[in-house]
Amino acid sequence: MNISLPGPTITPISEPFWEGIKAGEFRLQQCEQCERSIFYPRAHCPHCFHNSLTWKRASGKGKLKTWSVIHRAGHPAWQELTPYVVGVVALEEGPSLLTHVLIEEDEIAYNMNVELNIRHIGPHPLPFFKKQEETI
Amino acid sequence: MATQAQSAIIGISELKPVRYSTGQTTLSLIAESVRLAIQDAGISKDDVDGLLVGPQVGETPQHVPATVSEYLGIDPTMSNTVDLGGASGAGMIWRASAAIQAGMCDTVVCVLANKHEKGDSLRSPNRNPIREFDVPFGASGANTSYALLKRQHMEEYGSTQEDFATIAYWARKNAQLNPNAIFYNKPAEVEDILASPMITDPLHLLEIVMPVAGGAAVVVTSADKAATGKHKPVYLKGAGEKITHRAVSQAPALESLPFYSSIPRALEQAETNVEDIALFSLYDCYTSVVATTLESAGLCKPGKFGEFVRNHTFGHNGDYPLNTHGGQLGFGQADLAGGMSHVIEAVHQLRGEAGNRQVPNARKALVTGNGATLSETTALVLGGER
Repeated sequence: MNISLPGPTITPISEPFWEGIKAGEFRLQQCEQCERSIFYPRAHCPHCFHNSLTWKRASGKGKLKTWSVIHRAGHPAWQELTPYVVGVVALEEGPSLLTHVLIEEDEIAYNMNVELNIRHIGPHPLPFFKKQEETI
Repeated sequence: MATQAQSAIIGISELKPVRYSTGQTTLSLIAESVRLAIQDAGISKDDVDGLLVGPQVGETPQHVPATVSEYLGIDPTMSNTVDLGGASGAGMIWRASAAIQAGMCDTVVCVLANKHEKGDSLRSPNRNPIREFDVPFGASGANTSYALLKRQHMEEYGSTQEDFATIAYWARKNAQLNPNAIFYNKPAEVEDILASPMITDPLHLLEIVMPVAGGAAVVVTSADKAATGKHKPVYLKGAGEKITHRAVSQAPALESLPFYSSIPRALEQAETNVEDIALFSLYDCYTSVVATTLESAGLCKPGKFGEFVRNHTFGHNGDYPLNTHGGQLGFGQADLAGGMSHVIEAVHQLRGEAGNRQVPNARKALVTGNGATLSETTALVLGGER
């Protein structure tokens, strides 16, 4: 591969999130005033404007809100990995995030339960999501 | 008698200047400045419905108001970048006042901030949340974002590929009456659209605009001056604007997308309703945008655009004349000038100079504009009568 895959552009505000992923842990900020969870990381709560947020370990579970099978990638480095799936996951804690979905196209269904699956793509571990394991 | 003031400053903030802003981003400094000013004014963030920001060197070159709005957690009905160098701060104040007097918003926050770090040489064009949280996952560009919105529409409402393809079909059909259109002499049937390659499933190639080179300009003046102009004036009867997010992952529910607010506001300001609109000049970078725009305009119930497009005709002499120039899907998208094509066509139609594609009795047109992924939306009602 001549062009490298673009890794996350980590900021001082988001660093604890990425440190968590490195340690195998999915963390979200929670507002100390309204107690809502926040994603992506911020310096303040976008719901109540309080500025005291605490990093908490999150479930890493959610539901698949929508997805797309990418045949022509928007970034040249991703083109040779096509087709692949990206989607939006509504996390159990409330917020939504965009992610890479590790589920075969014919197995994907709207609102299906998905869970965190940290993968190394390029130099950075990234929070991808896969089909949730059945719990008996 | 002296003229009474129309607006006042009710809150201020100023961060203590530091040589280096270690541990901060421009966005986090903007947020803290806004938070303190709102506190000083004694209002809540939900009282803020206008935002004027400066250009953010280094962190995000485009979609600055939506990026800042999303980051702050506000949904303004008026926003703009004011790019006047050292005069920006002063320039924002009269803009805020003018916007308030124009009825676009009630309370405007004007904010300027910038980080400064030791050895601040890292100047990548994008340092925003999308670059950090979308791009590394393989999601770059509008094709992906609009595919996600289309898929959501199909799953939530049961809309079909044929429904969306019908929109592209009409754009191509209408383009056959516009010799300037990139797809003039190149009509496409629904089957052709469905047979075109999948780009970002569920979006086909022919549901996506063709990038072209081009340009457009519009001259606006006062209604009094326009009355003595060379052409029949086209009046701005009403306008609405709404911004809800930047990244598609942060978009609200489908029925809370911003056109659901901006279009009714424009119609209300124009004191008209959607059934009085003669021309629908609706922004169409993708078929999925037209679908949600028709629903947002109240032409059909949310999720029901498919039935609507199957049961009606959309040519210049049809039930609902829609993008009679071919839309951007038929005309081509010259980057930002593509959006202006919807204004230009409305002016042609309202002047009565649209030739063989003239809409009969065209008195009012609804024009829409859309940025990012149904994030930044503007609706205008233009009319031939003052």
